[in-house]
Amino acid sequence: MVVQALKDQGVDTVFGYPGGAVLPIYDEIFLQNDIKHVLVRHEQGAVHMAEGYARSTGKPGVALVTSGPGATNAVTGLTDALMDSIPIVVLTGQVPTFMIGSDAFQEADTVGITRPCTKHNWLVKDTDALAPTLHEAFHVATSGRPGPVLIDIPKDVQFATGTYQAPVKGGTKRYQPQVKGDLDAITELVAALETAKRPVFYTGGGVINSGKAASQLLRELVDATGIPITSTLMGLGSYPASGANWLGMLGMHGLYEANLAMHGCDLLINIGARFDDRITGRLDAFSPHSKKAHIDIDPSSINKVVRVDIPIVGDVGHVLEDLLKVWKSRGRKVNREAIAKWWTQINEWKKVNCLAYTASEKTIKPQYALQRLEELTKGMDRYIATEVGQHQMWAAQYLGFEDPNRWMTSGGLGTMGYGLPASIGVQVAHPEALVINVAGEASWLMNMQEMGTAVQYRAPVKQFILNNERLGMVRQWQQLLHGERYSQSWSESLPDFVKLAEAFGCKGAKVDDPKDLDDAIMEMIKYEGPYILDVLVEKHENCFPMIPSGKAHNEMLLGDADTQGAIGAKGAVLV
Amino acid sequence: MAALNIKKGSNSHSAYNLRPNFSDVIEKHTLAVVVDNEAGVLARVIGLFSGRGYNIDSLTVAEIDHAGHRSRITICTTGTPQVIEQIKAQLGRIVPVHEVHDLTVEGPSVERELALLKVAGEGEKRVEALRLADIFRASVVDSTLKSFVFEITGTPDKIDAFADLMRPLGLVEVARTGVAALSRGA
Repeated sequence: MVVQALKDQGVDTVFGYPGGAVLPIYDEIFLQNDIKHVLVRHEQGAVHMAEGYARSTGKPGVALVTSGPGATNAVTGLTDALMDSIPIVVLTGQVPTFMIGSDAFQEADTVGITRPCTKHNWLVKDTDALAPTLHEAFHVATSGRPGPVLIDIPKDVQFATGTYQAPVKGGTKRYQPQVKGDLDAITELVAALETAKRPVFYTGGGVINSGKAASQLLRELVDATGIPITSTLMGLGSYPASGANWLGMLGMHGLYEANLAMHGCDLLINIGARFDDRITGRLDAFSPHSKKAHIDIDPSSINKVVRVDIPIVGDVGHVLEDLLKVWKSRGRKVNREAIAKWWTQINEWKKVNCLAYTASEKTIKPQYALQRLEELTKGMDRYIATEVGQHQMWAAQYLGFEDPNRWMTSGGLGTMGYGLPASIGVQVAHPEALVINVAGEASWLMNMQEMGTAVQYRAPVKQFILNNERLGMVRQWQQLLHGERYSQSWSESLPDFVKLAEAFGCKGAKVDDPKDLDDAIMEMIKYEGPYILDVLVEKHENCFPMIPSGKAHNEMLLGDADTQGAIGAKGAVLV
Repeated sequence: MAALNIKKGSNSHSAYNLRPNFSDVIEKHTLAVVVDNEAGVLARVIGLFSGRGYNIDSLTVAEIDHAGHRSRITICTTGTPQVIEQIKAQLGRIVPVHEVHDLTVEGPSVERELALLKVAGEGEKRVEALRLADIFRASVVDSTLKSFVFEITGTPDKIDAFADLMRPLGLVEVARTGVAALSRGA
C-alpha cells in the first residue's frame, strides 16, 4: 500500500536504508520496478539526498528509514529541510503498535523526537488510514511554505491489509494556505514602486520554491523596472548572475554593493526571504531609511524580526503575477531619473571591487580555484552543491547562477556534511548533468561514506575539495574574535583523498600548483564517474567581505587590514 | 576604508535584543485555539511555546465537538505586542489548528475559571471561612468537622482574592482549572 501511494504521488526515486521495522515495505519495493531505490550508507545521507533531489527538481524528495537509530539519524536532515523550506517526505518504520511504549528493540518516540523538526508528522496506527495519511503528507510537504514531513508506520500496520484510497485532487481540506496576495496591499506596493528613488529587490528561497514561473516573473519585473536586485544565499539563480540589474548576494559575506544598497535604499522589496540574522546584521541599523515591503507565503515570517510597512501574504508567483498586472495597468511607471542616479551611486560602490584578493603564483587561492571552476564550467548543464563554511561563501560569491534549482546549499541550519549526499541526490535526478560539490575537507569527511553510494549507482558526482587542512570558518572567527587562539580548528590527521577515492572504487587527484589547476579541473569534468579532486589551497585565507556579528551593513570588513579590533566583546557572543 | 566609518571596538548593541520599532510593553492575552482532537496536538502547541520561549500563564483543553473531533485550547499568555502576534501566526501554522482567536483584542469576552480550595480549621476561623465563602458565592462541596472544600467560579483575579483571604484561615490545598473564555455577543 505504501508503494502504491508513492507511485500515485508520482514518486520515481526513494533514498533509503533497510532495517527490521521496514522490512515489509522493502519486500514490496523488491517486487516492483516503477520506483528506483537508492541504498545509502547512513540515514542522514538519505535525507540530504532527498533534499538535493527536491531542490534540483522542485518535486518532493522521499526517504525511507527504519525505526530507532534509523529515525534519529534522519533528524539532522529533517531540521535542515525545515530551516530551508525543502519539501521532503520521510517514512520511518516503527515497532508494532502493541509494543509501542515497551522500550522494544530499536524503538524510539519518532513522532515525539521529530515534532519540532518537521512541518508535520504522523504515527499511523490503523492500516485504513495509511493511504490517506500518505497523500496528506505529500500535500502538506508541498503546499504553502514547503517543508519536511514524517510518517511513522508500525510494522504490524505494514503487514496488515486494508482498503487503499487513491489521492484526492486539491489535497486535504484542513490545510489550504493562502496563495493569492491581498490586492490592496499589492496596489500599495506598486504605488511605492512608482515613486521610489532608491528601490532595491531583496529576494530569497521563496522565489525558487514557488516554481520556475516565479523566477520568470521576477526577471520580467526587474528588467522592466530597472530596479537593482540582490538575493540571499538561498535565492541564488532566481535572477541570473549575468543579468543587468544583479548586485550579487547580500548579507554577512555578501557583496559590498549589495549591502550598501540595502543600507541606503528608500524602498526595500523583500520577495520570499525572511530577514535572517545572516542578512540583517545589526537590526537597529538595518536599512534605516527605507519603506519595507515583504511578500511571504508564511504569515509568521512577517514582522518576525523586522517591522514592515507593506506585508503581503501569498505565494511569490501569484503575487508577482498580480503585481505586474497592476503595475502595467497603471502605465508602467517608475522614477527613471532617480533610479539612474541610484545606479550611478551603486556603480561607485561596485568600483570598490570587494571580491578582489591577493593573487599568488605559488599557492592556489581558494577564490582563484572557484574563479577557474566557474570559467571552465559555465554554460554547461551544471548543478552545484556545497558543504558549509568558507568554501560555501566563496562558491556563492565567485560562481554565477543563471537559473533556479541549480544551487544546493545548507543555509538555515548550516549542516556540514550536506553537500556530498545532496550532490548524489541531484545526480540521480539529472543523470546527464554535471554535478559538482564544492566542499571543504572537514565538512566532506562528515558524510564521506556516501562516496560508496555514488560508486554503486555510478553517479558521476565531482567532489571539488578546497583543502586548507583547517576548519576555515572557525579558524577565521578565532583569528578575528578569540585572539588568534586556534583551538581545535586544525585537522592534524587527514586522509590521502586520492587513495580514499581509489579505496571507494572511483578516481581522485591532487593539485597544489596554480599552473596545474585548469588541467586538473578539466580532467575531473571529463572523467566518466565519481571523482574527488583534492585542491590544496592557501591555509590562512579569510573570507571577505564580512559584516561582523552585531554590525550594520555599512560596517563591512573588506580585507585583513580592516579586522583589527573590529568585533567588540558584545559582538563576540553572537554567532 | 575610512569612508565606511567603522568604529573600532564599538560594541554598543547585541543583535539579539534589538527591537527598535517594537513596543516593549508586556501585555496579557487570552487565546482560544480550535484544533483537531488527535494524538499529539497538545504537545505541538506546548512544544511551540517552550521551543520558541513564549510564556504560558494558564492552559485549558477539552473536546468541544465529539462528532467533529474538535478540541478547544484556551491559553493565557504574556508578551510584547510583537511576540503575541508571532504566537498567533506560529499557532496558525500548525496543521491541525483550525482557528486562532485573540479574545483580548477581538472585542469583549468573558473569562471564567473554577477552583477547589480545602480549608481546615476550627472555631472562629471556620465560621469566618464559611462567611467569606458566602460573600464570594463559593459553595461547599465537601465538609468534615475540621475542614471544608469550597468550589468557586470566577475570573482568575476573583479566585486569587478568595485564596488570599482563605490563607490565614487554614488553606491547605488548591486545585484550579485554568481559564475558559468566550467572546461576548452573537
